[in-house]
Amino acid sequence: MIELRDVDVDLGGAPTLRGVSFAVAAGEWVGLIGPNGAGKTTALRTLSGLVAYDGSITIDGEDARQLGRRELARRIAIVPQLPERPPELTVAEYVLLGRTPHLGYLAAEGAQDRALTARALDRLELARFAARALGSLSGGELQRAVLARALAQEAPILLLDEPTSALDLGRQQQALELVHSLRDDGLTIVSAMHDLTLAGQYSDRLVLLDAGRVVDEGPAEHVLSETNIARFYGASVRVLEEDGAVFVLPHRG
Amino acid sequence: MIAAHAQARPRGIPRPWGLCAALFLVLALLVGLGVGSVGIGPGGIVRSSLAHLGIGHNPLSSVQDAILWQLRAPRVVLAALVGGMLAVAGASYQGVFRNPLADPYLLGVAAGAGLGATLVLAYGRSSTQLLPPAAFGGAALSVVLTYALGRSAGRQRATGALVLAGVMVATFVTAIQTFVQQEHTDTLVGVFNWLLGGFSTSSWTDVLVAAPYIAVSSVVLLLHRRVLDVLSVGDDEAASLGVDVGRVRLVIVVAATVGTAAAVSVSGLIAFVGIIVPHTVRLLVSTSYRAVVPLSLLIGAGFLALTDVLARTILSPQELPIGVITAFLGAPFFAFVLARSR
Repeated sequence: MIELRDVDVDLGGAPTLRGVSFAVAAGEWVGLIGPNGAGKTTALRTLSGLVAYDGSITIDGEDARQLGRRELARRIAIVPQLPERPPELTVAEYVLLGRTPHLGYLAAEGAQDRALTARALDRLELARFAARALGSLSGGELQRAVLARALAQEAPILLLDEPTSALDLGRQQQALELVHSLRDDGLTIVSAMHDLTLAGQYSDRLVLLDAGRVVDEGPAEHVLSETNIARFYGASVRVLEEDGAVFVLPHRG
Repeated sequence: MIAAHAQARPRGIPRPWGLCAALFLVLALLVGLGVGSVGIGPGGIVRSSLAHLGIGHNPLSSVQDAILWQLRAPRVVLAALVGGMLAVAGASYQGVFRNPLADPYLLGVAAGAGLGATLVLAYGRSSTQLLPPAAFGGAALSVVLTYALGRSAGRQRATGALVLAGVMVATFVTAIQTFVQQEHTDTLVGVFNWLLGGFSTSSWTDVLVAAPYIAVSSVVLLLHRRVLDVLSVGDDEAASLGVDVGRVRLVIVVAATVGTAAAVSVSGLIAFVGIIVPHTVRLLVSTSYRAVVPLSLLIGAGFLALTDVLARTILSPQELPIGVITAFLGAPFFAFVLARSR
């Protein structure tokens, strides 16, 4: 359970988040949406402790500031939009880095860490890539390696920043189905996404951000209205609903 | 599952390479001890060492024994200590700054240590005990300046900016150092000989002065080899994996700088060891710091011990400053690394 209350972030210049409050229940998938510069990425970075903020963030009822970097990393894993990829590290070594918050500062990984890494590799069908260099992977494979690292981190909360931006249509769906299947383990997910149709179909609930503020939140059929999208994205769209799914389609007005 | 499990093991040091590196170091030490105006075979060296430990009979004459243990051994040991230290420090700076061209010499660390040492030689009436702390002061100041300047140029151009900043800091610091040196003509020769770099006057005292710093610094850096791998995913991701990046960077930079300063204070300026050795390990063995750090220590030690043999034999009976040889080998190597790092 995550709760943000009146969170302000100022990254020099204009405030990036202003009085942001929302909550994410355990096991829920909340999708952050909003136009470019709305503060989606900043919200995720703030949650993972990378950005200083005013206001309060609690994780399972505990003040995130009091948790410390290591404890926070045991609870929250983040998949950045553009992960660094040291090209010559092997996939296995890279996924093993996910065990870092569970290791003593100078300790080496033990058998259990390797077993969990192997399980994460299996889970994302990367076992045969284990010895491959990270630099030799395709975009989709790299995406899975980053997810595997986050899984090896064994954090109950997973933050995804634009998990599909580098992928083609099929791989977008595969990646999101994969994330969806990880929910069987009880993962709580907060994602930032540009594709409103996908965001609406995979998330339980959407939080719409604009200029650093929460301007609307709720189920997809409520948040993804033609008025909301015209107002905050400046886009002309048709919103269709079919079989309980919401489709947002661009439409030349 | 079993196969994946086996592959989930980090590469670490592949055993044959660990053995090769250790063997290389032993051979380098034997060559360093054996080669010179009075040649001493490996058998003689081993049996003489045993005799000093009270085992068996010493086959060497007293003159040979004195040459071996009072003249050659300290310089070989010191060359090995300095070489291992410079190589490990280079590898660590490369990891912590995520910059393949970081090197104690290029970051201005060595020049700063040079300034500190020159100040001691010029004003401190050559008290050798003061050399390492003074060298460390100069080295620390330079690395802070270099890093701050490199950062101010922005993150995108970090690789080039850091090295340019290092060159600038080194030039500036060297200017001050040269001024102090020329102002104190009485100590000019001493400073100049020291700057050229080398082990021709090395004694056991030098070994005793430098060894504790080098030992502590290498142990700290060896312990951080896994953390250096974590840093390879960048500050933000390392932080999201629970690493206190600022603190870790400080610890590693301080350790590498202390060790470098101690090495420089007893050997003068020896460039490029920190580039040549770690990159050779990366090319041959692995890019993981689990392998790069320990193997750089062993190979760097052997490398500088052998380079010192060249320094004293190429123009024999004259000595060539060892920095000339490392620069001669290192500059082309640097160009190669630069080309590879885009």
